[in-house]
Amino acid sequence: MTGKIIELNGLTKKYGDFTAVDHLDLLVGKGEVFGLLGPNGAGKSTTILMLLGLTEPTEGSVKVCGIDPVNRPAEVKKKVGYLPEDVGFYEKYSGLENLVFTGRLNGLPESQARKKALELIEKTGLAEQASKKAGLYSRGMRQRLGLADVLIKEPEVIILDEPILGIDPYGVREFLEMIVKLSKEEGLTVLFSSHHLYQVQQVCDRVGLFVGGKLLAEGDINTLSRKLFGNSPFAVEVGVPGNAERDPAIHAGFIETLMSVKGVLKIKEKNHKMLIECVQDVTPDISRTIIQAGFELTYLTKKEYGLDDIYYRYFEGGTDHD
Amino acid sequence: MTDTVEQIQASHGKGMTGRLRFVLFSGVRKKRENHVVHPFRVIVEREIGDQIRSWRFIILILIIALTTLGSLYTALTNISEAIKPDDPAGSFIFLKLFTISDGTLPSFIVFISFLGPLLGIGLGFDAVNSEHNNGTLSRLLAQPIHRDYIINAKFVGYLTVISEMFFALGFLVMGIGIIATGIAPSPEEFLRIVLFLLLSIIYVAFWLNMSIWFSVRFRQPATAALTGISVWIFFTVFYPLIVSLIMKGISNPAWVSNPSYQILLEKLKLGLMRFAPNVLFSEATGTLLMPTVRSLGPLTMEQIAGTVPGPLPLGQSVLLIWPHVTALISGTVLFFVLAYVPFMRREIRSR
Repeated sequence: MTGKIIELNGLTKKYGDFTAVDHLDLLVGKGEVFGLLGPNGAGKSTTILMLLGLTEPTEGSVKVCGIDPVNRPAEVKKKVGYLPEDVGFYEKYSGLENLVFTGRLNGLPESQARKKALELIEKTGLAEQASKKAGLYSRGMRQRLGLADVLIKEPEVIILDEPILGIDPYGVREFLEMIVKLSKEEGLTVLFSSHHLYQVQQVCDRVGLFVGGKLLAEGDINTLSRKLFGNSPFAVEVGVPGNAERDPAIHAGFIETLMSVKGVLKIKEKNHKMLIECVQDVTPDISRTIIQAGFELTYLTKKEYGLDDIYYRYFEGGTDHD
Repeated sequence: MTDTVEQIQASHGKGMTGRLRFVLFSGVRKKRENHVVHPFRVIVEREIGDQIRSWRFIILILIIALTTLGSLYTALTNISEAIKPDDPAGSFIFLKLFTISDGTLPSFIVFISFLGPLLGIGLGFDAVNSEHNNGTLSRLLAQPIHRDYIINAKFVGYLTVISEMFFALGFLVMGIGIIATGIAPSPEEFLRIVLFLLLSIIYVAFWLNMSIWFSVRFRQPATAALTGISVWIFFTVFYPLIVSLIMKGISNPAWVSNPSYQILLEKLKLGLMRFAPNVLFSEATGTLLMPTVRSLGPLTMEQIAGTVPGPLPLGQSVLLIWPHVTALISGTVLFFVLAYVPFMRREIRSR
């Protein structure tokens, strides 16, 4: 397949009886920023390790840049930059020296590695800390140095495992902007894992949702919500005070009236609020119906499913979406 | 941007030593800097640099240098008494520098057999686990290198440091000895000393690999260090006690007067003792540096009868300790395999 940088086919990893990754199929195209989203222990890191040939899949195949990392890990690692979760550096050496070391491991002569390291240090905004010992770096600085470390080998793909964990919100935004800028400037493919929804939503072209080793859905946020919420991608939440305490017959009638609105699929009641799921945006019809039926409408909001809802719906509430 | 780059470069080359180094080696550096160095060498260089800059190495080398100087001093003050006119080893005066002592301070070889394990354990106990705990291991594994480069480079790097140190110390002792006594070593003496230094390196490598194994096995460097030290103490302190307990338990007083039974017991005891690497090492070094040592087992009167007391030629001494050397090397290899296999198989996650 052309233009596909990462190809996973039926990828499975088992640790004894425990299946960490379960028949995963995934394609990531060139230049894409792809977010692997899922709770802890969903198999994101295991997938990443398999992409790099750091652990062998039990079943299925992996191809990164057309190379199989199981048989030729060194070649894959030449093209893929990997920033592990909570990256560490040799603390006795300065940030610059750490970068030069990585550059030389990637076959650069020392002078060239140094030149490149200085450029990257500039790019990642660490110029003032370049000669400071890496042991004195803060978490955010370490993460940025990690990005420089990944970039020094001029990779085609960069894989970041939980890159924004433990950085303050300002740092997160800066870091993510840096990633996006780099990917656009240099045509890099970026794959990163996270359980921070909001940030992923901001920067990713596409997102894959990971639960229990399975990819529940993938696509951009809109496709994703359509996929996950089936044919009820829209929801309207309304507040009708006192409705539930009313005569059950009237109440049932009210529900029936609402259901008769064209496009409404399902109605859920909770604490004086009703969640109305519908095929398309029928908010005006709903409000009109409620008013015409003689009820009071105190509250109405149109719900758009963001990643948050997707996340909570699937991870917190389990798979209970009936 | 270039401004900052220059600034960094300037701040980097600061300091007297930096400038001096620059002046001295700039020519060499220029040439080397534009050269692609094999990744394996890059890692080995880093390991060596790491070790020799570390406090622990400075402390270890201070301990060893001080004991060396101490033992050399006692050897030099006692060497005149040690030389007797009818001594069969009279032609090996120089070797005595390494072996004699007046009882106040142990001799050089005793010090080495005692401190060698400490050096090996001290260098290797955090080889792999500290990289893992610092999060550098997974970053290293993401580079286009084979995984075994990491553990091989560690072994090669540490061994280089140890070898350089032992040869420096050994030649230092020799040099001071030449100056102080005015006697130059004969070629055979020199060869014996070089072989002794090589043997010491193997011995330290044995403990080094054991502690690298512990560093792969245990996640906490402290656990690895303690385990290594306890094995060392076990063999130097408790193992002889255990062996003598066993010997006491199995010896039958009724047969004690029988010489062949005594020989059997003695052989058994030696066989048991030789499971301890330090016993192997001290027997082997003793034979190398004291050419008068003719046998490492019990000798009967019949065997001794008719022998002319004289030193063994080098070839014969080496033959005598060949099994010891083989055992030490195979132990070294065994520990390396024990460290290597799980390291290669293990799935390494960050931290």
